[in-house]
Amino acid sequence: MSDTAVQTPGETPGSAPVTVRSRSGVPSSSDAAWRKAKRQRRLEWIAVHSIAITVALVFILPFVFLFLTSVMTDSQALTTNFWPQHWVWSNYRTVFNVPGFGTWWKNTIEYAVLGTALTVLSSVPVAYALAKFRFPGRRLAMLLVISMMMLPPQVIIIPMYLFWAKQMHLDGTLWPLIIPMAFGDAYSIFLLRQFLLTIPKEYLDAAKVDGCGEVRTLLKVVLPMARPAISAVALFQFFSCWNDYFGPQIYASDNPAAWTLSYGLQSFHGAHQTNWNMTMAATLLVMAPVIVVFFFAQKAFIEGVTLTGVKG
Amino acid sequence: MATVLGIGRGSRGSGSAASLPVPPALRRKRRKELSTAVGFLSPWLIGFAVFFAYPLISTVYFSFTHYDGFNAPTFVGFKNYTYILTKNADFWQAARNTAWLVVVMVALRTVFGLGIGQLIVKVRSGSGFFRTAFYLPYLAPPVAATIGFAFLFNPGTGPVNHFLGDLGLPQPGWFTSPTWSKPSLVLLTLWGIGDLMVIFMASLLDVPTEQYEAASLDGANAFQRWRYVTLPNITPIIMFAVVTGVIQTMQFYTQAIVAGQVASGVVGNSGQQFQPGYPSGSTWTLPQLVYNIGFQNFDYGSACVISIILFVVAMAFTALLMRRRAGLVGED
Repeated sequence: MSDTAVQTPGETPGSAPVTVRSRSGVPSSSDAAWRKAKRQRRLEWIAVHSIAITVALVFILPFVFLFLTSVMTDSQALTTNFWPQHWVWSNYRTVFNVPGFGTWWKNTIEYAVLGTALTVLSSVPVAYALAKFRFPGRRLAMLLVISMMMLPPQVIIIPMYLFWAKQMHLDGTLWPLIIPMAFGDAYSIFLLRQFLLTIPKEYLDAAKVDGCGEVRTLLKVVLPMARPAISAVALFQFFSCWNDYFGPQIYASDNPAAWTLSYGLQSFHGAHQTNWNMTMAATLLVMAPVIVVFFFAQKAFIEGVTLTGVKG
Repeated sequence: MATVLGIGRGSRGSGSAASLPVPPALRRKRRKELSTAVGFLSPWLIGFAVFFAYPLISTVYFSFTHYDGFNAPTFVGFKNYTYILTKNADFWQAARNTAWLVVVMVALRTVFGLGIGQLIVKVRSGSGFFRTAFYLPYLAPPVAATIGFAFLFNPGTGPVNHFLGDLGLPQPGWFTSPTWSKPSLVLLTLWGIGDLMVIFMASLLDVPTEQYEAASLDGANAFQRWRYVTLPNITPIIMFAVVTGVIQTMQFYTQAIVAGQVASGVVGNSGQQFQPGYPSGSTWTLPQLVYNIGFQNFDYGSACVISIILFVVAMAFTALLMRRRAGLVGED
């Protein structure tokens, strides 16, 4: 921040700073006041940054410890030393050779990719209709979407399980989790609609004047503009599939060939109880894709989160 | 714009249609609009019926029956309700744990999320680094994060107690101690505060600067500016955080079950018998009880009773959210 501007403490980055011009041509009494304000600002800077650094370290340290343990030998992982004596990088290769681990990767990727694609395809037109169409019951439909979003999955799990297992005979697979996504996901619909509301009506009217029907307006005008929201929804859905534990536990727990990484991971720990190093290597491998994708798509993520909470 | 067709409260937008006949051309146009809307909404309409309305009604139905999944359900009236509410000790323990988690977790999450959001807004240098550092844990898959924390907080070999020992502080049993198991779960949740932090950060940045300037001119000090400018501006977001926090915490499942399994060293699907709620029932939550009674004891009827209790509470809070923030539904 510039040295010649005194900022009001409540001021936030990104907005125009409130400046009190100083030094040149100003009486010396305000010069002393200016120096005092500057000293105060410097103290505040130091205080804020030391708190931030301390808290940030606490947030990052777990990752560091998990990583250090993941490259230890079996026996060292059971001690309280936290710096590896020998760096056993081959732990990661060993984890991949554990029976089942490869299958869980394949299942998780299938579940996440299919689920994400179906969610986006089915949720976009619904969100568009809720944001831009006028029809009776529009408000009610929106209330129902929000209720679905807020409904704990455990409320309807028993009839859902009975339906998929007794009527569809799809237990032991991940299909009971994937198929419903072809029928719209409440959270994605909500998020997309919040974004679509911000698109000025004039764009849609212009498209209509040019002779576009609703479908063409959606495809040619709305979709390109909604790209950031769609990527946010896709990412959230991908990660919610990746992280899902409850779903695979309900439908696939009896069939290890259908397990996902999240579900398999805790049984992995059970089978390798004393091997914290292997368990931590597996844990980090499950986290890795999520973190890598985040670094490539940070902006879409943050925008998506803000959209649910703030732009009411 | 707000009172178009069925959106207005009480008097419907079409109320005037009774006195004024709608011209046929307009009626045709409206009908066409409605059918287009239904076309666009059709995937969701099917989904709503099959994956929301039908199971919800079935849950109510099953809660009045005895059903083990093999023999046909038989009607038993309120027997499941009296069983759960008066004879099942696990229920009350799970309900107490869930209530404890809701109160403590929601309060701390909100305060801590706001604190971190405020910190990020204040930071002038390296805010990108800090934002990433605070956000990353949120992305860690819950199972992986829980196993990681069970290792870090392992009373014997974990680095946390190692450091506490070095500092001469007491070393709790964390996930293996009935007193500390719930606070440990809260720590794990606070580590994943990233989404809330971003929401608070965005809302803090949205507070109009002019209001701070006006307050400064009126001689307000830093605390007064926060109390009378910042707080009123972010009240809806605090409300949002509290209500969504309550609903999320009522669903608290994965972390509780995995922490119990990892800490006890026993895994449910490895053939060994896992004692749910380890240690001493201190991590039982209502969603776990639904799973346990329904899918392990095959008492679907009683499990549905707990589902309905969850449903009623969740919907009460959702209604609160929608009343306080009509903006969520939006009248554009």
